[in-house]
Amino acid sequence: MKLTLRVWRQRNADADGAMSTYEVDDISADMSFLEMLDTLNEELILKGEDPVAFDHDCREGICGACSLVINGDAHGPERTTSCQLHMRSFEDGDTIDIEPWRASAFPVVKDLVVDRSAFDRIIQAGGYVTAPTGAAPEAHATPVPKPDADFAFEHAECIGCGACVAACPNGAAMLFTSAKINHLNVLPQGAPERETRVLDMVAQMDEEGFGGCTLAGECATACPKGIPLVSITGMNKEWLRATRKAGKR
Amino acid sequence: MTRTMWDSSVGKKTVMAASGLIMLGYLVVHMLGNLKIFFGSDEFNHYAHWLRTIGEPFLHYEWALWIIRVVLVAAVVAHAVSAYQLSRRDIRARPTKYVHKKPRASYATRTMRWGGIILGLFIVWHILDLTTGTVHPGGFQHGHPYQNVIDTFSTWYGNVIYIVAMLALGLHVRHGFWSAAQTLGVGSRTRDRAFKTIANVLALVLTAGFIAVPVGVMTGVVS
Repeated sequence: MKLTLRVWRQRNADADGAMSTYEVDDISADMSFLEMLDTLNEELILKGEDPVAFDHDCREGICGACSLVINGDAHGPERTTSCQLHMRSFEDGDTIDIEPWRASAFPVVKDLVVDRSAFDRIIQAGGYVTAPTGAAPEAHATPVPKPDADFAFEHAECIGCGACVAACPNGAAMLFTSAKINHLNVLPQGAPERETRVLDMVAQMDEEGFGGCTLAGECATACPKGIPLVSITGMNKEWLRATRKAGKR
Repeated sequence: MTRTMWDSSVGKKTVMAASGLIMLGYLVVHMLGNLKIFFGSDEFNHYAHWLRTIGEPFLHYEWALWIIRVVLVAAVVAHAVSAYQLSRRDIRARPTKYVHKKPRASYATRTMRWGGIILGLFIVWHILDLTTGTVHPGGFQHGHPYQNVIDTFSTWYGNVIYIVAMLALGLHVRHGFWSAAQTLGVGSRTRDRAFKTIANVLALVLTAGFIAVPVGVMTGVVS
């Protein structure tokens, strides 16, 4: 395959960026999207140019590092991560636009790399349980009803890639935050911090400068792990419940 | 508690949802009342007068009407201020647009902000036209709403403003009602279809019910 790439190039956080056009040839349909970018970078290095910086780690769709907006879609046209997207999803001769996640809470570090530490701070605000850790406890010591376990697991699938923020017209982190809250709040292990978790995490989310939800649904469409939009409804419910309880104290 | 409500983006959205539902409830009643125009001037004018005597003798003349007006103004202000502040936050959160643009979300979703502004302006015109009579075409007569309505819908611009606003209302309610259910945490996977259906039915019935009046005047059914 022969492709034309239009890639966002930005020297550093303070520099102005712009789209640069590159031609790549001999791209196999079986390559992943990141392997295609590796091919481009090899050529750039051989020519003595600065390679395109992009985030990647596991390359098997579970770490949440890769973060490319491809032709206007977070992670591209398939519902998966950029690393699990294959070039067979494109046609020979296509022009592909590659941009970084866009949100004021995710500032560009270089080229396609953004700083997602705002997510870490949301987790630090309450995305954990304070139960003592150590060796894995006996699985039947704390019974969890099957529907609750399934619900928790569905939300635990969130890999924190930030595609929801990138896709949201308001740059909101509601889907990410709700996935983390719902995951822990439904489980007995997460029960002691059920109220403080949702109040603190939502407060931190606002503090980081993320937008709010207008129920456009773009986040759930972009999510490579299929976190549903109704997850946000669940978070709102938990937040209202916690606010009521806090008011009574 | 109120302070945390207003300080949080989730809480502010709750204010928007609750105030929206208050206005929506009023609109259903308002639309049903309007339809009485199809039963003649006596019935319509009598109904309009009754609005001032609701609650008598417990309430004084027009008290109920003024209570409703105060609640509605509070709802409009709360809705608009929360919408303005949340929109400011949303726009700040996404300062850079993507170079590669794609059509996003449904038409109803994308037009919430502009639709809301159109509806706000409409409310101002509507009150100046048919409540105070300030911008009313022809001689505005207090206590004769039947004739006043016919006067308004005998002008081309009266019909255009009203019908455009009611179409905007339909779109606004369509996304707004369903969104309110999500914001208030009552939506769920199993209830999603029900909420979407109620939203669509409300939007359609309100728009059709309100537009029936200018259409009635234009076609001569109401004269």
